[in-house]
Amino acid sequence: MDKGRVVKGTNFIELVDAGDPVVQAKFYDSEGADELIFLDITASSDNRSTMLDIVRNTAEEVSIPFTIGGGIRTTDDMREMLRSGADKVSINTASVTNPQLISDGAEKFGVQCIVVAIDAKRDVNDNWKVFIHGGRTKTELDVIEWAQQCEQRGAGEIMLTSMDRDGTKDGYDIELLKRVTGAVRIPVIASGGAGNLDHLYQAFAQADVDAVLAASIFHFRQFTIAQAKEFLRSKNILVRT
Amino acid sequence: MIGIIDYHLNNLRSVQKAFEKVGVQSFVSDTASELQKAERLVLPGVGAFGQAMENIRTLGLHEMLMNHAIAGRPLLGICLGMQLLFTKSYELGEYEGLGLVSGEVKLFPGSVKVPHMGWNQIEIVQQSPILKNVQEKSFVYFVHSYFVEPKENVTLSRTEYGNRFPSIIQQKNIYGIQFHPEKSQATGLQLLKNFSEL
Repeated sequence: MDKGRVVKGTNFIELVDAGDPVVQAKFYDSEGADELIFLDITASSDNRSTMLDIVRNTAEEVSIPFTIGGGIRTTDDMREMLRSGADKVSINTASVTNPQLISDGAEKFGVQCIVVAIDAKRDVNDNWKVFIHGGRTKTELDVIEWAQQCEQRGAGEIMLTSMDRDGTKDGYDIELLKRVTGAVRIPVIASGGAGNLDHLYQAFAQADVDAVLAASIFHFRQFTIAQAKEFLRSKNILVRT
Repeated sequence: MIGIIDYHLNNLRSVQKAFEKVGVQSFVSDTASELQKAERLVLPGVGAFGQAMENIRTLGLHEMLMNHAIAGRPLLGICLGMQLLFTKSYELGEYEGLGLVSGEVKLFPGSVKVPHMGWNQIEIVQQSPILKNVQEKSFVYFVHSYFVEPKENVTLSRTEYGNRFPSIIQQKNIYGIQFHPEKSQATGLQLLKNFSEL
């Protein structure tokens, strides 16, 4: 989200407007989405009250779990989001600049509500580096090692986004996903690159992920969630009816 | 009227909102004198067992809860709230629970990812009015690392995860739901509606 609106970019830029977040949330809830994730990509402090309003209004409207991320820097920020009705919080930049935040959050609110979002970009020699600040800053952290560290510190889930694939609709970065699911025992959510229903299937079948996240294909109504579930079911992936 | 117990660990709005959706009035309170007026009580919960019991005692809610249960009035524990109904938990130590239902609370085996998080199915093993219009194999939303091991035959439904653990239990007027009915769409709302009609 950007300035209170749903947006979708490509490789983290070129944002296109995709509607009102609460309206979209309600629509996905009725369509059968299993969970929702809101990521505020502006995440400036003056945006905070807009975000809290969105969280409150979403909590009123939907009866599935939802995660909120973007600009969460302290356990007080977390508490604010959770008290306003979010079920989980997602942290990204702050988890890297202050890894203690993962453990503090897990201790205070339980590991189940701490999602660490990792933005990964392929480096040389088949390894991936962690990027922060919405993909603008490269770190020296290796994605696999960082994912393991997040697990040790008490992350409940990892949302793994491939920056190379984000918005391209070329499919998830299966190699990246495989490496991470093989290295941690907490659920991994695949993100970045879903362009058709087979891509969703590939992430489950080849990379053993626990959930798939897709934005473009749903925001612009290329597919419905019902179609996606129907397809996965036909491929013998257990999905909620 | 349904009273939702606030023991300062949880987001209670979603539970209250879910009751609203099925047309049932409820109130949230952390005060024994208020809560004891409620015909039905809900003990929700997210957080750690030891801390939860400590808060319940500190807020003076322990006796009120016991009186409510002994008087035969319906009590529903959700998630951690269900685990609190039991004798003892091994979450981050060893803690005594409310002891209204005999049994223990244990960590999932190492063979599965913990917490058990996400949608999973229930398998009904015993009928009860709280299961009215609840379909076999319904999907519901779970978030927990520990599960209950009752001593008596109180299990209404089981769920497969590492083992087949009790996902809904009942002992007379005392009910427990391990998943989050307030986050489980139609099935969850049906359970809350049924509870309000017991």
